[in-house]
Amino acid sequence: MTTQRTHIMVCGGTGCVSAESLQIVELFKEKLSGVGYADEVAVIKTGCFGFCGQGPIVKIHPDNVFYVKVTLDDVEEIVNEHIIKGRTVGRLLYKEPETQKPLPKHDEMSFYKKQYRIALRNCGLINPEDINEYIAFGGYEALGKAVTEYTPERVIDIVKASGLRGRGGGGFPTGLKWELTRKPVADQKYVICNADEGDPGAFMDRSILEGDPHSVLEAMAIAGYAIGASEGIIYIRAEYPLAIKRLETAIGQAKEYGLLGKQIFGSSFNFDISIKLGAGAFVCGEETALIHSVEGNRGEPTKKPPYPSIEGYNGKPTNVNNVETFANVPPILIKGAEWFSSIGTEKSKGTKVFALAGKVNNVGLVEVPMGTTLREIIYDIGGGIIGGRAFKAVQTGGPSGGVITVADLDTPIDYESLKSIGSMMGSGGMIVMDEDDCMVNIAKFYLEFTQDESCGKCTPCRLGTKRMYEILDRITQGEGTMADIDKLRTLGKSIKDSALCGLGQTAPNPVLSTLEYFYDEYLAHIKEKRCPAGSCKALAKYKVIEEKCIGCTACARVCPVNCISGAPKQKHVIDEAACIACGACFTACKFQAILRP
Amino acid sequence: MKMINIKINDMPLQVMEGTTILEASKQVGLKIPTLCHMNLKDFGIVNQSASCRVCMVEVEGRPALAPSCSELCTEGMVIRTDNLRAISARRTAVELLLSNHPFDCLLCPKNLECDLQALAQDLGIRDIRYAGEKMNYQKDTSSYALVKDPNKCVMCRRCETMCNTVQTCGILSAVNRGFDVFVGPAFNLDMVDTSCTFCGQCVAVCPTAALTEVNNTDAVWEALNNPKKHVVVQVAPAVRVAIGELFNMDAGTITTGKLVSSLRSLHFDAIFDTDFGADLTIMEEASELIHRIQNGGTLPMLTSCCPAWVKFFEHQFPDMLDIPSTCKSPQIMMGAVIKTYYAEKMNLKPEDIVVVSVMPCLAKKAEAARPELTKDNNNNVDLVLTTRELGLMLKEAGINFAGLPDSDFDHLLGESTGASVIFGTTGGVIEAAVRTAYDWITGETLEKVDFQQLRGLEGIRSATVKVGDLNLRIGIAHGLGNARKLLEDIKAGISQFDAIEIMACPGGCIGGGGQPYHHGDMEIIKKRQAAIYAEDRGKVLRKSHDNPYIKQLYEEFLGTPNSHKAHDLLHTHYIPKEKI
Repeated sequence: MTTQRTHIMVCGGTGCVSAESLQIVELFKEKLSGVGYADEVAVIKTGCFGFCGQGPIVKIHPDNVFYVKVTLDDVEEIVNEHIIKGRTVGRLLYKEPETQKPLPKHDEMSFYKKQYRIALRNCGLINPEDINEYIAFGGYEALGKAVTEYTPERVIDIVKASGLRGRGGGGFPTGLKWELTRKPVADQKYVICNADEGDPGAFMDRSILEGDPHSVLEAMAIAGYAIGASEGIIYIRAEYPLAIKRLETAIGQAKEYGLLGKQIFGSSFNFDISIKLGAGAFVCGEETALIHSVEGNRGEPTKKPPYPSIEGYNGKPTNVNNVETFANVPPILIKGAEWFSSIGTEKSKGTKVFALAGKVNNVGLVEVPMGTTLREIIYDIGGGIIGGRAFKAVQTGGPSGGVITVADLDTPIDYESLKSIGSMMGSGGMIVMDEDDCMVNIAKFYLEFTQDESCGKCTPCRLGTKRMYEILDRITQGEGTMADIDKLRTLGKSIKDSALCGLGQTAPNPVLSTLEYFYDEYLAHIKEKRCPAGSCKALAKYKVIEEKCIGCTACARVCPVNCISGAPKQKHVIDEAACIACGACFTACKFQAILRP
Repeated sequence: MKMINIKINDMPLQVMEGTTILEASKQVGLKIPTLCHMNLKDFGIVNQSASCRVCMVEVEGRPALAPSCSELCTEGMVIRTDNLRAISARRTAVELLLSNHPFDCLLCPKNLECDLQALAQDLGIRDIRYAGEKMNYQKDTSSYALVKDPNKCVMCRRCETMCNTVQTCGILSAVNRGFDVFVGPAFNLDMVDTSCTFCGQCVAVCPTAALTEVNNTDAVWEALNNPKKHVVVQVAPAVRVAIGELFNMDAGTITTGKLVSSLRSLHFDAIFDTDFGADLTIMEEASELIHRIQNGGTLPMLTSCCPAWVKFFEHQFPDMLDIPSTCKSPQIMMGAVIKTYYAEKMNLKPEDIVVVSVMPCLAKKAEAARPELTKDNNNNVDLVLTTRELGLMLKEAGINFAGLPDSDFDHLLGESTGASVIFGTTGGVIEAAVRTAYDWITGETLEKVDFQQLRGLEGIRSATVKVGDLNLRIGIAHGLGNARKLLEDIKAGISQFDAIEIMACPGGCIGGGGQPYHHGDMEIIKKRQAAIYAEDRGKVLRKSHDNPYIKQLYEEFLGTPNSHKAHDLLHTHYIPKEKI
């Protein structure tokens, strides 16, 4: 093994790859050989660093310097300045949004300071395509320990004692699920990894699979040992090609090393893993639908019971866990249940990965201990709202969750607390909204999503969410009535009460929670035909405030549909019928002469 | 069996473990409304998609309501079926279904037979609060047999259960997602381009008019009112034990005489009995079987009178087309004889004759249109009506069916034996064949003609019948899934038979896709079966070869069974088809 003095770690997650990070890797290699440093400096493609809003990210070891938004044009400078001369390239450092202070080290950044990485522990740290790096960081030690030192029951006990709960949304205790699948006697059992991540904006599972695929393989084998299964299946959507490729590589390497296959660690335990591609239907995240899809049938849920732990894939006991859940398992076995359960709140142990997105300065994946408050995530880690605008709400739990307002920002996050304020944990999507976001429109967006993604099997979900969407659409068009509010409430209640699966039962949540917390916005749309956030196009009426307009023509020049008329130094007028409410005039006007709706 | 204590609406009761809430509620006299639910007891056919959410009830301690059709009772369960929460959820579900339904009830072929309509009535729905976009798909009228109107589909999935689980044809399944979902063939194919057998079992269980038959009544009225046409009608055996249901008569009432009178009232020029064709079929089929047995021909021989079954094996077992009998079905044999023998006798040109069949079946419509079942570009059978369509015509003509006197079929092709009547039920064709084969093989006269071992309603049955020195190994299957199992066993060498009878529909023709709707009550099918056997018992002649008019037909026209002329008119060939 050669030793290099410096490692250049380039993010190889999907986000950075789409911003040419793979070409950056190649260019680094080319430039380094050009200066004769090819043997001295290694260029490593890693998994996701999580700080996706700042990508592509390049990190230099052992200097611990973290460059952000690196482009192909920056590569030569990094090589010449940093690698050859040892000087940090200041302009590529991250600047804290508030202080504008450049920070070279990631652990000084508020984005990382409050994070605690268990599931994401290896992401951005190791080369996900090299099993040796995983092993070097303690990989497969947990599996070795499990199969050589522990009985299956003991493994289950440890996972139970750790308090680990399902990270896919439901929060069902993982150890208990394993125990329930272990109990039935069957000639074959299955472990399925649910990698059908589908919440809009959530990508933690993809990042884990891209950045640390072996952690999931190892955990699946541990689960297989615990429940008595010799076969594992990863159900992953086909639109995750990079994750699939890295999983395939990882499975190949693990088999080669004897870490998957027959007589693992010299024991009598056999375990193999295969990959099953899904077509990317959101409902296939529901475990019965997922199992039907794996079986080659239409991915739609069926009634429970029978639960998959009794009658799952091919009618055999099947344990389905989510990617992030699995990623937590190896550290639990190494560091112990007590360590894990010491993190988090009373009922929710460990950490949770959130995909922080929306109107927040620092966008990306963050892993925080359960019990962290929303305020800490949004303001400390997220760096606050973009442009210093006012926070309005945050949506957790994706299309199944609800909005959380400023009043609840100090709620320590866990499964129960989020539920009690009308939202839910879900798989960890967290979308921050500011004063420009219309809450009726947000509810409509989520309903459109569930309607698109509903399998169409049960009446409440197929037709109920459609009708709710239509009502919301009417309201955002200024055609809503007060009776529509009642309809939304009664329909929402009925759908929650009677839909067949979790997708349908939670679909009304975004509507019901916005109705509760932002009732005034609904009223404004219905009674005043006004969208307070100015985002509903049909209701948005921008106006020129005559007394303030000096006729500078700035607004007319930026208007994309040329609906502002007026000669220079004359008052300008907006043709409301032609206006598309893009808001460009409002931003362009330096005299506050544009009235926003 | 373990008993479980539960409470429904404060009433304590004990139920057996494995009882659903719906069944438990029935025990205390409660009728919870249902729509998608279907449990065809004794036939082992259950649709438990739990998709309509009409039967929701409250179970104490649960955050959401539970579908009573599929939720099993557990010890200590406390259930409320009658509170506002449950009632309003049900009502909402029905309102939502109606909000996406064309309001053309008065013009709908299922008017007054529609489960959704009945449900809306039972739930007292007078207003639909949630109006909005409605589905707008094309009707599929591509086939001769059935019409698919996705806009009336309520996604109950009963048709899928019949098509996939029971018949194993796999034509119908859910397509698309969300609001756009509908049930149809893969790749949006037209039904006619699929391997659909047109058995019509999807139509038999569809709660609305999403699946109905192609209506031929107008064409029959036209023919009847065309003075240039000589319109002959034939009626299948299973029709006479079912049509009374359309006129409020008890299920299982034998109405043969009234049926003939009613057809006479409609002014058909001749009224013949498909039973005669069945007797003729036995003459040909029994001869073919004996020939195969005695000459080392291909065994087993499979019956070929069910057109859905014929189409099924053409698609699913194209490599086994040498096993089925080459006999045309009784309906087509009748058509062939009417347009040749009868035409000659009556001095009519075949093209001036219109043969109308009244069948319990939708596949018969498609069968009549098969190109190889024509002669000189003239179909053996021109128009096929289902039992239901004949009922409609009689109602339209204002005929009081139940009050009609009895009368007899017309001579020449109207007499039949008990053997032909039992063609209408599973097991009947093979029993009829055995009655004749016995006499022919042994040269003796069979006295005890009732073969109880061939009767019943189990999906697959087998029996060995002693015919002289010969042990005739007989297999029987009804339902195409059962047929597939039997055929695969034969292919694998697990089962060995000499003769096999297969009927596509559960119960045979008595449960055909063109019969009066059973609305899930399988007692009706059993009563029809009992009526068929009663009709057989009441016949003077019980064996096909004893039918004097059959003898006359051979003497005057056909020669002997399996003669060259018989082959030309009464036999067919099969065409391998793709599985789509």
